[in-house]
Order: sequence, then C-alpha cells, then structure tokens
Amino acid sequence: MKLGKFLFAAAAVTALSTGASAGTLDDVKAKGFVQCGVTTGLAGFGAPNDQGEWAGFDVDFCRAMAAAIFGDAAQVKYTPTTSKERFTALQSGEIDVLARNTTWTFSRDVNLGFEFVGVNYYDGQGFMVRKSLGVTSAKELDGASVCIQTGTTTELNLADYFRTNGMSYESVVIETSAEGRGVYEEERCDVYTTDASGLAAQRSTMADPSEHIILPEIISKEPLGPLVRHGDNQWGDIARWTLGAMIVAEELGVTSANAEEMASTSKNPEILRLLGGEGDMGAQLGLPADWAKNIIMQVGNYGESFERNLGTTTPLALERGLNALWTDGGILYAPPMR
Amino acid sequence: MATQSIDGPKRGSLLSDQRTRAIVFQALAFFLVAVFFIYIGTNTARNLEALGISTGFGFLDSPAGYDVAMSLIPYTATDTHGRVFFVGLLNTLSVAVTGIIAATILGVILGVLRLSKNWLVSKLVYWYVEVVRNVPLLLQILFWYGVLLGLPRVRDAIPVFETMFLSNRGFYLPRPVPGDGIGLIIIAFFVAVIAIPIIARAARKRQEQTGQIFPVFWTSAALIIGLPALAAIVTGFPLTFDYPEKGGFNFKGGMVLRPEFVALWFSLSIYTAGFIAEIVRAGIQAVSHGQTEAAFSLGLKPNWTMRMIVLPQALRVIVPPLTSQYLNLTKNSSLAIAIGYPDLVSTFGGTSLNQTGQAIEIIMMTMLVYLTISLLISMLMNYYNKRIALVER
Ligand SMILES: N[C@@H](CCC(=O)N[C@@H](CS)C(=O)NCC(=O)O)C(=O)O
Repeated sequence: MKLGKFLFAAAAVTALSTGASAGTLDDVKAKGFVQCGVTTGLAGFGAPNDQGEWAGFDVDFCRAMAAAIFGDAAQVKYTPTTSKERFTALQSGEIDVLARNTTWTFSRDVNLGFEFVGVNYYDGQGFMVRKSLGVTSAKELDGASVCIQTGTTTELNLADYFRTNGMSYESVVIETSAEGRGVYEEERCDVYTTDASGLAAQRSTMADPSEHIILPEIISKEPLGPLVRHGDNQWGDIARWTLGAMIVAEELGVTSANAEEMASTSKNPEILRLLGGEGDMGAQLGLPADWAKNIIMQVGNYGESFERNLGTTTPLALERGLNALWTDGGILYAPPMR
Repeated sequence: MATQSIDGPKRGSLLSDQRTRAIVFQALAFFLVAVFFIYIGTNTARNLEALGISTGFGFLDSPAGYDVAMSLIPYTATDTHGRVFFVGLLNTLSVAVTGIIAATILGVILGVLRLSKNWLVSKLVYWYVEVVRNVPLLLQILFWYGVLLGLPRVRDAIPVFETMFLSNRGFYLPRPVPGDGIGLIIIAFFVAVIAIPIIARAARKRQEQTGQIFPVFWTSAALIIGLPALAAIVTGFPLTFDYPEKGGFNFKGGMVLRPEFVALWFSLSIYTAGFIAEIVRAGIQAVSHGQTEAAFSLGLKPNWTMRMIVLPQALRVIVPPLTSQYLNLTKNSSLAIAIGYPDLVSTFGGTSLNQTGQAIEIIMMTMLVYLTISLLISMLMNYYNKRIALVER
C-alpha cells in the first residue's frame, strides 16, 4: 500500500518530462490554486479547524502565497503528508510547496534537490514525559521506550543523543502525530520526542495536558521552514519573499488592520515599497503590485500569524523566544525589501 | 474484380509466410519494449539530474544514523544503510516464516474441522472463515495491536509463573544462555532429525515385506526429545536462563516479544489460516467419496483412511493454491509499517529511503527482494508438488 504510493511517486518523477524547470508560477496560475503540502494534522501548525478548514501557522504560509499570487488567500488546496511522504510529494510535483515544520538540513537542501526559502520557526528537539514518572532531566532516560516519528531529523538526533550520553532506549516508531499521541497515551512508550513546538502541539491535544511535562533539554537545532523544488528560481523567490514580506511587515509595524491605511498615508518609503505604492517589486516577481499588501491584509504579518496559531493565548501557549524579531531579542531577521 | 483485391499480397511475399511474420512481429515488439525502457531510463536520469537529486548505490555504505527496535543481527545507529537492509530483511523473513507455519497448522486443523459431522464445530469454523476473510487485513492488524496495547502497563505487568511478564510493551521471557557442552545437545538433536527419515523408510519397507507396522511417530517423538535430553543429562544441563527483572522504565534482561511483532504475526496467521482452511476443505472434498468407501470396505480405520488415501490425493489439489497463500502472507507482511514493526519496507524502504532520498534505487532493491522471496517459495512448492503429483503409469 505504502509501497504503491512510493512507486507512484517514483513513476511520477520518472514521467515528469521537463522536471522542475517549468514555470511553476504559470502552472499555478493556470490551475488557479496553490497545491500546498501540510501535516496530516498538528494543532497550531496545520490541522482542520471546527469548520473543517485547514488552519495553522504553516497553513498561513500557504494562504499567504495564494494571497500574493491570486489576491485571495483561499485559493489553496492542501495535501496532507506524513513526515515520510512529504519529500516524495514535493519531488514528484504532486505539491507546489511544502509548509510542514520541516527542518532545513544540508542533505535535504543539497541531496534531495530542494530549496528552503527561509526559516519560519526556530526550534529544537525536546522530550515529553508523564509527570508521574518523576523524571526531571533527559539524562535520566536510560532504558526508556521512546515514541518517535519516522522519516524525521528527530530520529537521527535521538540516536546521537543517547549514544553520546551512553544510554540505551527502545524506539517505538510511529507514522503520524495522531498515531503517536494514541500510542503514547496508551503508555507503550515513556517518552515522546520531537520538535519542542510539536511537543507543545501534541500536549495541547492530550486528554489531560497537565499530566505531561516537557523536559528542559533541547538536543538539536531545528530551523523549520517552507521549501520548494530546486531549479525554479522564480517560484523560489516568490516563496522566499512571501515569508520575507510577513517578517518585514512586523518589523515595520504593518498589520492586517492598518495595511490599507498605511498604503495611502505612510511616508516611509520601505512601507510604500512593501505595500506596492512605490517601485515594482510585484512585477519583478511576476505578481500584482499589491501582492504583499494582500498577504498582510488577508493573513497578517508574522507576529499576527504567530499569536493567532501558537501564541500564549492559544492552547499551545508558545512564547516568541528565539522567534522574536531581532530588535526584540530574538533571531528573526528578514533581508531588507529594496 | 472485387474478390481479387481482397486476395491481398501475392503468394511468396515474405509477409504472407506465417513463420517470418511471427519473427518480424516479435522482433518489433521486443524493439519497442527496449526503446520504451531506454527512454524511461534516460528520462529518469535526466529528470533526477535536473531536480538536483543524486543517484547511485553509494548510500548503502553510509551510516544509517537511526536505531531499529528489533534486530536479529547486531546493529547500532552507526551501521550502514546496507546493514539496515539485512536487518529489515531478516525481520520480514521472521514474521513471514513464523506466520506461514502458524497459518498452515491452524488452517489445516480448521479445514478438517469444517468437514466435521458436528454441526456446531463446522458452523463455528464456517463463521471464523467468513469473518477473517472478509475483514480487511489492515483493520485486523490495527485491531490486534490495539488489543495488545490495552494490556496492563509495565509497572502492573502480569507475572506468568513468576518468571515471565505480560504487559503492553510485550511479553518478557527468560532468555536461554548456553553454557559449555551445549554443542552436544545440538548434535544430539540433529542426529535425531537425520535418524527419523531413515527409520521411517526402514519401517515402510518392513511393512511392505512383512505387513508388520512399526510405530514411527512415537519412535520419532521419543528420539527428538530423548536424545537431546540424554545429552543434557550427560553434560549436566549446560543451559541457564537470564530472567527478566523490573528495572527503571522497562524490564531488564530476558528477552521480549514486542506487541508490534505479535500483532502482525497473529493477524497474518489467522487471516491466512482462513484461506488455507477453505483450500484444505476443498482439497479433501475433491477426493471422490468412492475412495473412502473403498478404503472402509477394505477394513481401513478412519484415521488411516484419512492419512493414506484421502490426504495424499487431496494434497495435489491443495498445494498449488497454498503456494499463493504463502506468497500473499509474505507480501502482506509489509503492512507492518502501519504499527511500526521494523520490517524491510518500513526500515530500509521507509526510513532509509526518506533519509537518503534514493527512492528509485531503494524501491528497486525492495521489489527485487519480494520477487526473489516469492520465486523461492514458488520453486520450493513446485518441487514439493512434483514429488506428490500423481505418477501416471
Ligand atoms: N522537524 C522535523 C520533524 C517534523 C515532523 O514530522 N514533526 C511531527 C511532529 S512535530 C509532525 O509534524 N507531525 C505531523 C504529522 O504527522 O502529520 C523534521 O523536519 O524532520
């Protein structure tokens, strides 16, 4: 069954006559929507909401791209992917862009033929355990059973971490976060490990979130970001600057509420360039002049998207931390719009 | 006139000769297929290059970097993807082989019971067969995995005979630790294994010549248990056990049958047994009733009739479809991925594929493995089938 899926993808790679070099933008415009790869369901990042519509921090990125291209954030179709399938889906052209808390690594960038367009969440791998175990540090986990999602960087970091610390463990391999939650709640494993943000997301959907704690150790760097296929630079640029525009908008104080007004009243040339009042950035990307304005008005700036999906008022209750703007003590930093 | 034109090409033309025509068409077909594959091959290579995806089998020598929960050969995360291949292959084979054995035993018993004169027994088997054959295997696997996960947690593990423990992390058993002199016991066992067919043959000869029956079954049983037991007494029981003990998060020591393995093995076995039961029933019913009546009228006991008249004839009908059940079971074992049992598809064909991105190479190798296993099973069964086939005189 899964084999069939891979085979299909492999065949698709085979059959793609012109590969990635074809104008993805033209294809997307012709079909009228962006095909976006997302998670199979991870609260806060990408999951269907009460109305059955996809929502979340990564989903916002897909919506932002649609807003930039079509002036309508709703022109997206979502393809749920497991961590294992996601790369084949992108390689084969089944999806146009992957926004699915994916860590930017050398081998994915170089060997798998992808292009990461930036980082939308700086993260690191952590551990979650049941409070009742009385564990306070990851160093006490020798001999534990660990639930881990297959096809992730997490799998590799875990092996490294336990080996470095001379500890042993039993891996319980799962395919989707939903499955992982089930197996962990059945206590098939003592520990759940993944990106710290993913742990917060998982914990928020547990039967009783307060029964679980996230241990203090962060054992890796996980810069998560959206990615596209190698070789179509225009499409890569659009994706890169969609993210860039959201971050720059936050830096400049442009929000979904004031973008319309700022476009006409602002004296700041950078804001005017961003909102399409000055220069021809949109045209250079092959997009309408108000591409970034549409992103900000329909999806919001980076900070708005963060607060709405992950922030302290949501069940995930994540602090900005590293993801605060560089001017606020974080490391979030977009290249200048000029 | 009109008829003339329908006559077609005149005699002697190359195309009108059936033999040349056949050759021409076959060559043409072969040529087209070859062109097709060459096209696919070069196109794939070009696309992979355009996409910046590297190709080749070099990844087999690079470290895998991830751990595998169950391995029959020593394996750590620093070993290579090539080794993961063997780890996964052995895990696939172990669930397939144990599954085939269990499914055959259960299937044969059920198939015979299905024909039982006892209405209740026959109906029960009927319903068993209907249920297991009609519920998708994947659901059965998930169901049994769910049941096993519902067992008590490790800290409340159920002790069995004080030395074994049952929990939702698996069945913890004492692990045999061989001591000095274990070799003798193994040799004794093999001596028994070799002796049995020799005795069986001698017994048959004697029976053919003198009509006297030799209790082959009981002798064999005595040999296979007795000889190793004798060796064990002589060497002073050189076998100790490492018992599982509660320690930290899990049990320490001993060995464990993980719920992933048990769920997969169990579901594959009972699912395939349903099909085998039907094959066995059909095989037995295919033997004409006249044969049984003839045997009875010669005074053969019912169970002898079964063993010597009905079964040998039924086997001829049973073996070919049985082969395809064995193949199915082996291929179905790749559903392992659904519950995280580390078989070939979920380790090498899954995680390694994902970590290296060598989809085409890895899928090709994985397919070759299944093809090889299937061909081997077919060969063995064909060999067996030839041996039991009717020898026509
Ligand atoms: N950042 C890691 C892990 C990504 C990952 O798969 N995370 C999990 C848990 S945070 C997830 O998104 N699961 C959602 C799903 O199963 O669809 C990677 O890129 O390899």
